[in-house]
Amino acid sequence: MNPKAIVMRTAGTNCDTELVYALKLAGFDTDLIHVNSFISGKTSLDDYDFLGFSGGFSHGDYLGSGKIFANKLKYNLEKKVPQFIEKGGLVLGVCNGFQILVKSGILPGFNNDYSSEQSVTLSFNDSGNFQCEWIELKKEQSKSVFTHGIDMLRMPIAHGEGKFDPGSEEILNKLKKNNQIVFKYVNNPNGSVENIAGICDETGRVLGLMPHPERNVHIFSDPLKLLEKENIKEKNGAGLKIFTNALSYIKSERNK
Amino acid sequence: MNLTERKDVKTIPIIEMNDEQLMDASKNFLLSLKLNEMKTIQEHFLKLERNPTDAELETLAQTWSEHCKHKVFNSSFEYVENGSSENIENLFKETIKKSTKEIMQKENWLVSVFEDNAGIISFNENFDIAFKVETHNHPSALDPYGGASTGVGGVVRDILGVGLGAKPFANTDVFCFALPETPKEKIPKGILHPKRIFKGVRAGVADYGNRLGIPTVNGAIFFDQRYLGNPLVYCGTLGIIPKGFHQKSPKQNDLIVALGARTGRDGIHGATFSSAELSDSTDSSAVQIGNPIEEKKFLDVLLKARDLKLYSSITDCGAGGFSSAVGEMGEETGAEVFLEKVPLKYAGLKPWEIWLSESQERMILSVPEKNIEKLKQLCNEENVEATVIGKFTNDKKLKVFFEKDLILNLDMNFLHKGLPKSKLKAVWNSEKEKATQFSEPENISEILKQILSMHNIASKESTVRLYDHEVQGGTLLKPFMGLTGEAPADSSVVTPVLGEKKAVAVSNSLNPWYGDIDPYWMAFSCVDEAVRNIVATGCEIERIALLDNFCWGSPEKEENLGKLVRTAKGCYSASKDFNAPFISGKDSFYNEFSVNGKIISVPGTLLISAMAVVKDVSKILSPGFKKAENLIYLTGNTFEELGGSAFAHLINDSNGKVPKVDSVKALKSYNALSKASSHGLVKGMHDLSDGGLGVALSEMCFAKNLGAEIDLKKIKTGENISRNDFLLFSESNSRLLVEVEAGKEKEFEKILKGTDFSLIGKVSKEPVLKITGLNGKKIVDQKIELLKNAWRKTLKW
Repeated sequence: MNPKAIVMRTAGTNCDTELVYALKLAGFDTDLIHVNSFISGKTSLDDYDFLGFSGGFSHGDYLGSGKIFANKLKYNLEKKVPQFIEKGGLVLGVCNGFQILVKSGILPGFNNDYSSEQSVTLSFNDSGNFQCEWIELKKEQSKSVFTHGIDMLRMPIAHGEGKFDPGSEEILNKLKKNNQIVFKYVNNPNGSVENIAGICDETGRVLGLMPHPERNVHIFSDPLKLLEKENIKEKNGAGLKIFTNALSYIKSERNK
Repeated sequence: MNLTERKDVKTIPIIEMNDEQLMDASKNFLLSLKLNEMKTIQEHFLKLERNPTDAELETLAQTWSEHCKHKVFNSSFEYVENGSSENIENLFKETIKKSTKEIMQKENWLVSVFEDNAGIISFNENFDIAFKVETHNHPSALDPYGGASTGVGGVVRDILGVGLGAKPFANTDVFCFALPETPKEKIPKGILHPKRIFKGVRAGVADYGNRLGIPTVNGAIFFDQRYLGNPLVYCGTLGIIPKGFHQKSPKQNDLIVALGARTGRDGIHGATFSSAELSDSTDSSAVQIGNPIEEKKFLDVLLKARDLKLYSSITDCGAGGFSSAVGEMGEETGAEVFLEKVPLKYAGLKPWEIWLSESQERMILSVPEKNIEKLKQLCNEENVEATVIGKFTNDKKLKVFFEKDLILNLDMNFLHKGLPKSKLKAVWNSEKEKATQFSEPENISEILKQILSMHNIASKESTVRLYDHEVQGGTLLKPFMGLTGEAPADSSVVTPVLGEKKAVAVSNSLNPWYGDIDPYWMAFSCVDEAVRNIVATGCEIERIALLDNFCWGSPEKEENLGKLVRTAKGCYSASKDFNAPFISGKDSFYNEFSVNGKIISVPGTLLISAMAVVKDVSKILSPGFKKAENLIYLTGNTFEELGGSAFAHLINDSNGKVPKVDSVKALKSYNALSKASSHGLVKGMHDLSDGGLGVALSEMCFAKNLGAEIDLKKIKTGENISRNDFLLFSESNSRLLVEVEAGKEKEFEKILKGTDFSLIGKVSKEPVLKITGLNGKKIVDQKIELLKNAWRKTLKW
């Protein structure tokens, strides 16, 4: 049986179809379900191995990006997501999904506490503008289970609030000490502290990042690949690796 | 059935009115109806032996508005061109629609044209694609942010309401503004500064489009001072719809369901207000207020309900609100509506206001009774409001009740077919084309930089990056490409079905400066440019469909109409010649503004938008030069055509010959290029448009910071041209710059045999553009970095 993934959406979620597509391409059986269905109890996270939060403007982001969706997780779903992680589930939050994970206190998840108060944030880009462009990431040494075999990775960003801010020197040092910094920008597009583009929890099973790996699963999504297309041997875009890594991890855990 | 009297329903005593009073009523109620139209309504009610209610009169005005009925295009014309007169029975049918009809006889891929909210063509065996471009000019003049954002919201709903609903997968936007540097003291009373309009409009488009999760993939921005009081905002959306879902019709007893946002007092008179010239006293309550998340919510629900076949028909609530949505949908059946059931944003609306309000983010569905619970449940699960407000009947009457009182009772036939046809006079006098009057400037290099910095040519990257052009994951050819993402692409290529080889290319073209000289050639040039932008993708093209969008001044002026007819004739010829049918379109009149009693009209502005099905995305060419020593070809023929060109505007010369099109040659050339590209011989391609060869060469160098060595003597020309500036900046149509792999010139030339082409130079490693003039001297020797800076600096804010 293929590992099962679920993408949880709400009003204003977008990037969901391409996240679902990327997960399916990687080999997941994937469902796309509205958060209300979890709140009503119609759908249960117990049936899944992987939980994805895609990009978008959940509830318009009018009270700060991801804030309302984060509150729904915290106060409507209460312990469901923390329990899912504790039981070994994988969680990925991309862009608005990252914002949601951070604002609900799921990330950075120090001491495996996924219900704490928000400690780090993603704030307005230094430019003051929404920015849509391709950037390059450098992988850091981290606990993440998503990054095996990756060194550098190109993906697009598309956000107005992507500046990672740990809030204090203390938290930054903790992230470093725990190997929770997963990706850094090669050229910082938004003013993120220490170029941080993505972080994980202490188990490495929860990943949040601003750039969009699901937008680089077609080989010609990356403009550089189109520019040098004579020399291309790969079949898929480099972003797919994030998802196949997740799949491999789940499979290997099953076999343990 | 008698109409009862209520305090909140006024009856307008038009039966007794004389001509003057009728026109006063039209003005006072903001109906924008002409005297013959008011008289037709008067006669109708005379026969009924009663006076209309406010709701009835408003409904007729909305339904008969230029916005909804395209009265000008459906009028008959006496068209006088250079003194000789011609009768045109119906301008639309004899130009735009005619070419489509002719092409339809030999092509089978047109699924739905000119009938629905958008045009639909076949994509692959499972899906069709729809495309629509709308204008939202007057709202954007009064409230740039709100006007532009609801422009996006409106055109997206057009796509959601085409057939049984298409999924939007790409947006386009084209703006026309006055120069953002216009000094404050030159801004007349009552209008906003063009920089504020620009910033507001682009923020509106970005905030709404981004929140809906639809990539904004293509567009243009054009600057001219005549847009000072009346900017133009064109918003376009493409959608994908499963095959067989393009037909719809409500059945008798189907329920009328209002879906989405609640109704408020925002956007009253939007449709009729679009037929009035703007002034400093225009009321901004005509502008709607948008909420993209409301729209995104029902977007998600609707597509589910569509696939479950829960409704029999759908349309968007746009201009005229419920009045036109229900009125149009029930044209063949009849409908009754109970306004007290409509959920309101706040209390206090008069019945006619509920009926006419253009509150955003609302759709109308016709739902068989057996499906209503399922639909409501689906909506409920995602916090979308769905309310039954009436039902479709079989008496071909439109009846509207408020608290059991009948407040509107109109015959569908009169509502939709009662509009009197008018006969208009249009006059066009062509002036003899004069040769360009200025002499060749000495420093061509400096001129090139100045042209690159002109607003209409300068990089639009600072705007484009505010839009998410990647969401949904299908955008392969993006607006900016190359090593550093600074090289402009001629069109965009998007895969609406992820993983498919087939994709959709989209491009836009407008150039009202050509229209100042001859609108026929403006139209032809636009079509040619839109097509060659798609050729420049390098992909094999299966089919191209076009949209026309006219933004004009007052149709009450014969010379404006003369230009309009001549443009429409150009559209017909070009569409037919390129075998590219029009599938949908839009027109907007009264784009003018009065300053101290003087009317400033926008230049007649035609936007041509093209979408094409491309066979294989692996053939996409990234724009720009790829490799040193590769050869640079110029295809097509160069003429001394500087009329309306960027160069002529820079020099301030209003003379010159406008670019023409030889469509037979153009098509042959484009087909040969597509073939050469599919054989892998072409490494890069770029279309020559504003700024001509000089600009196209520069832009190709930006992709990988390579240079080029060009010899102008090598250019084969269609006539004797003895000036370097003419060769570099002529805007002759149908030309492309083509990079061919070194050593492949024989193969390439073999495929292009029989077409016009010249080998004009090669790509160089040194990032410098070197151009040798006709006299053998170097006339341009510029670092690419400097050219790029010149091109990027103008709009970098």
